[in-house]
Amino acid sequence: MNRTYEVMFIVRPDMTEEDQDKLISTLEAAVTSSGGLVKNVEKMGKRRLAYAVRRFHDGMYILLTFEGSGGLVHELERRLRVTEPVIKFLSVRIDEEQKRLDKIKAIKEARRKAPPAPAPAETTGEAPVVTA
Amino acid sequence: MADDTRPTTSSANGPSSERRPMRSGPGGPGGREGGGGRKYFRRKKVCKFCVEKIEAINYKDVRLLAQFVAESGKITPRRLTGVCTPHQRRLSSAIKQARNIALLPFAGRAS
Repeated sequence: MNRTYEVMFIVRPDMTEEDQDKLISTLEAAVTSSGGLVKNVEKMGKRRLAYAVRRFHDGMYILLTFEGSGGLVHELERRLRVTEPVIKFLSVRIDEEQKRLDKIKAIKEARRKAPPAPAPAETTGEAPVVTA
Repeated sequence: MADDTRPTTSSANGPSSERRPMRSGPGGPGGREGGGGRKYFRRKKVCKFCVEKIEAINYKDVRLLAQFVAESGKITPRRLTGVCTPHQRRLSSAIKQARNIALLPFAGRAS
């Protein structure tokens, strides 16, 4: 139940700000009603697409991060597929990756707290002045 | 006097079989072959991710990914960029994800 997903979707560029907000709140409601938790919503702005999608060359990118079950992301994708202004979406599961990164960070922290070798910091004031 | 037209294969000129450039040189240049039997050591390329300790390769940072993509949009091979295998695998999947979400092209200037 605590899988973290990241859904990035592209909305057609001629969509108004309020329509976008309406769409986002609909998706958020869908997430919370199925027992999920919305972590973050980020509007990445209008970008030029690398290739034409449904005859559009620009698009508004929106990133939605949430926690939930696998069925929830399935439901969200279904909604995005049906929504007309959404031209592309991609969902990625990120909790495994987060776990790996956290583990690496923890190892780094532990290594920093207890330095294995004495740091050679006493090298100042020892350099002999050579006058030729 | 016998006419010897047979070409002498004596060791005057040295054996001709050694003129071929040797592949993996003495000890091998870090276990990686150069681009097709050039000099023995090809200026040891290091993995950019290992050196800079970049842990996460995200499909979202296009600037980082675009460094490993050729003009034509193709992913540059590991032997040219010097990336190590686990990072190359992650980089590859990140690039493919970015392509799917139209952050990177599938095929650029079709070469």
